[in-house]
This record gives sequence, structure tokens and C-alpha cells, in this order.
Amino acid sequence: MSDFWILLTGALVASCCGVLGVFLVLRKMAMIGDAISHSVMPGIVIAFLLSGSRDSLLMMFAALIFGLLTTFLIQMFQQSGIQSDASIGVVFTALFAIGVVLVSLYARQVHLDQDAILYGEIAYVHWNIWELGGVNMGPKAVWLLGITLLVITSVIGLFYKQFKLCAFDPALAAAIGIPVALFHYLLMGLVSMATVSSFESVGAILVVGLLIIPASTAYLLTDRLGVMIGLSVGAGVASTFIGYGAAVVLDASIAGCMVCAAALLFVIAFLFSPSHGIVIKKLRMRKLA
Amino acid sequence: MMMMSPSQTAANTTAKAAAPLSIKGLSVAYQKKPVLRNVSFEVNEGELVGVIGPNGAGKSTLMKAALGLIPSIGGEVLVYGKPYKQQRKMIGYVPQRESVDWDFPTNALDVVLMGRYGHLGWFRRPSAKDKALALECLNKVGMADYAGRQISQLSGGQQQRVFLARALAQDAKLYFMDEPFAGVDAATEKAIITLLQELKLQGKTVIVVHHDLATVQDYFDSVLLLNVELQAFGPTEQTFTQEQLQRTYGGRLAFLDRSLQSPSRFDGKGE
Repeated sequence: MSDFWILLTGALVASCCGVLGVFLVLRKMAMIGDAISHSVMPGIVIAFLLSGSRDSLLMMFAALIFGLLTTFLIQMFQQSGIQSDASIGVVFTALFAIGVVLVSLYARQVHLDQDAILYGEIAYVHWNIWELGGVNMGPKAVWLLGITLLVITSVIGLFYKQFKLCAFDPALAAAIGIPVALFHYLLMGLVSMATVSSFESVGAILVVGLLIIPASTAYLLTDRLGVMIGLSVGAGVASTFIGYGAAVVLDASIAGCMVCAAALLFVIAFLFSPSHGIVIKKLRMRKLA
Repeated sequence: MMMMSPSQTAANTTAKAAAPLSIKGLSVAYQKKPVLRNVSFEVNEGELVGVIGPNGAGKSTLMKAALGLIPSIGGEVLVYGKPYKQQRKMIGYVPQRESVDWDFPTNALDVVLMGRYGHLGWFRRPSAKDKALALECLNKVGMADYAGRQISQLSGGQQQRVFLARALAQDAKLYFMDEPFAGVDAATEKAIITLLQELKLQGKTVIVVHHDLATVQDYFDSVLLLNVELQAFGPTEQTFTQEQLQRTYGGRLAFLDRSLQSPSRFDGKGE
């Protein structure tokens, strides 16, 4: 049974990240996804300290606030003339460091494991069960991720055209009255949600891999946004399955193997994509010559 | 008097109909440096207006500020007599071609369809009718055969025509176009100018940021000369003169003289 829950958890993480990753990649904000996944740390720790438990709802809320705070701070520094990559670097490392300090100070009280935050513990997902009136409802992480995925797909589905236009041509979007800033923060809020739902399973660092790598793979394989989202989710889910298989065989870190698998799929797409692949391009050149 | 304002006479004759665009005292600053100072003018309906000025004169800024894309530090923008925010459906916008990422995973028809988004409200999706209209707009710019083409596989001129088709799909009454002629091939230039004439015939008003001084007289009914401040505005014949250009471009006119193919055009028109 544990295999099933691990794979389901992985697939849900990959789906949440796959959908959002597409928009991050297309808006050239991959590193903002990285920043958010790190800087929600203090939020998570503070929620731990306040509640003394892994209360998911409070954690979600705290992470959301820190995710939006990160986005806001980065934007503020950029607008006051600091280089955009530097402002990302300043904000997320500083917030992450605060999180690290908090963990080191209070870790013993709240049973918070630094390794778990950084690398996740997807292998233990099925131990943390949600019980409702004595009935076993399955792992908490699966519920949390399922709800997150539902929120993400509803919001993106409902406002698909807005997200699309904001990504492609924000000037036109603003000109026709779409509140571009609102959709920016909405996307960042969703990324924060996805990060905090995923971090228990794959950790704060590797979640970035699932946000960015499958979306980049999909980017190489299609010319349509809708298809890109589908492929991104597909590549992400495939990575978690291949990664879990490899982890069992090698007896290695599950989350690590999953992201390695995602990277492998990316390299394959990079080499052999029908439209962008460099090997295919070389072959075509040779045919012409 | 050089600053002939055709709007004044127009306002008198058509007292009821508000001008398509009326800007009063518009100022914009980037980090305290003024890029647009106290610009006021009023555009007549059904005119093609060229916005001319040296690099950094604030031409694009004028457009963006009028559309509310960047904050202005003062001034008022009225579209058909009302604040632009209430009139968005009447406004079409063609940003500079370089302002978007043409590697975005989408095709030509889809980009044109984006022009319909403003009419769809928050939740509706483009209908079959919208798609038919978008295709018709692509056809008008001679791009119907490329509807399914990924946009990165289009030439610069073709991309520009897709942008124009998108503006047509917006079905607006007042158009802002930011350098639609920049870096396009002859066929596209011709397609654009035909389109501008067609819009004019339909009574639409088009404001175009333009770089090529040699074609100003052929393309535009009015010109607006801009260099941070409004230098001159009025019918092309009276406004696009050597003297005004000298004022607008300052010392750079030596270069200008060479770019103007027929300087004789200016003779006597300045006074």
C-alpha cells in the first residue's frame, strides 16, 4: 500500500507543479518559483511554533503570506532600481536564512527536522493518516495536495485567458482592463500553496525541480499552451514514477531520484524533440546538405 | 502661429460629439526625470495621426500613459469624452513588436483571438463567432494562410501583421499603434497603410508612433511633434515643416536632411 500512496503523492505534487511551472517558465520567472519555495520556510516554521503541530491549514496560510511577501519585496526592490536577479537573491536567501535560524532555535520543541524540510520525506507519507470519526481517510498529504490541485486547476481553468494574455502580452492585458498585478499575485499565491503542500513530500529544494524541469521539457515539445500544460503534467508524473522505481532499485533518496528522472526527460527532449531537439536539427541539416 | 490646433475649430463645429482622444496637461516622470511634460492635444475623429520625435522623446510613453499602462504624475485623458477606464472597449492597441516573446507557444489565429478578450468579460471563452472574426481579421492583413502557424515561424513583417489583425479583432474606434512600420518588409508596409486607410474610411481614429520621416506626408493627416514637450500638432501640411522639425529634433536635423528624400516639399509651407 505504501507504494501506492507514495506514487499518488508524487503524481499530485507533479501535477500541481506542472500546471504552475508552465506559467513561471513562460513568464521567465522560474527563479521566482525557486525564491518562493525557499522563503515560505519561515512561514512554515512560525506556523509550527504557533500551533505546535503540523496543522496544514495554518501552515498553508503562513506560507501563502510569506510567498506573497517574497513576491512583493522582490518587486519593490526591482522598482527601486536593484537588478532583478540580485533582488530575488537578496529576498529569498534572507527569508530562508530566518527560517533556518528559527528551525535551529526551536527544532527540539516542535520536532521539526531540517532534512525533512529541505529534502522531504515522501517515504513516510502513508504514516501520517487523516482519521475522521475513527475512519481511516488516507494520508493527510494526499488530501492536502488533492485540494491544492483542485484549487490550482479551478483558478487557472476559470481565468485561463487572463493568465495566458498576462504571460504573452501584459501590455495588451492591461490596456483591455485585465488587472495584471492581481493575476500576478494570484499566480504567486498558487505557487506558494503548491510549494507548501509539496514540501512535506519532496522538500523545499526539490519542489523547484518539479516546478521548472517538466515545464521546460514540455516547452521543447509543443507549440500550443494547452498542450504544453498537459505535457508538463505528464512529464512530471512520469518523473515521479520513474524516480520512485529507480529509488527502490538503488535504495536512494526518492525525491532526489524523482528530480533526476525529470532532468533525464528534459535532456531527452532537448536532444530529440521534433521541433527543437538539437540532434533532430543536425539530422535535418545533413539531409539538406 | 505655428501651434495650429485643428481641434479648436473642430470642437466648435461639432460641439456635441466629444473628440476620440483629448489629453490635457499629461506629465510622466521616470524616477524624477521628466519624460513627458504637460502635453495637451485633442485628436479629430477619423484622422490618421503620426507621432514624431527623436529617440527618447516620450512617444511610446505618451501612448502608454494615455492607456494607463504607466502612471502619470498629472493630467487627464479623455476618450470620447470619458475617462479611458470607462472606454476600454473602444480602444485598440498595437504594442511594439519586440515587446512580446514570439517563442510563446501559440499560433497566429490564437494571438488574433486575444484581441477579443476585452469583449468577453471575466469568464467567457472565445466562441466560434470570435474565431470566425479573428480569421476574417487575419484575412484582411493577408495572413489567413498562416492562421495555424506557430508565431516564432513568422517573419518580422508577418508578426507585425498578426498584431494588426489582433487590433482589428478588438473592433475599436480609437487605435494606438506603437511603431507598426518598424523593421517590416515592403509588402507589410503596404498592407499596413492599406489597412490604415480602410480604418479611416470607417471613421476610426488611428494614432501611430512613426520613425520614418520620409513617409510622414504620405501616410498621415495630422502630425504630433514631440520632444518631452509637445512641439507642434496640426494638419500635416502646416505642421510637418523644416522649421518645426528643426525645433523638435534640435541639432540632429543634419541627419534628417539626408533621410528626407525631397526637401523641396517643405518650401514655403513653414510660413
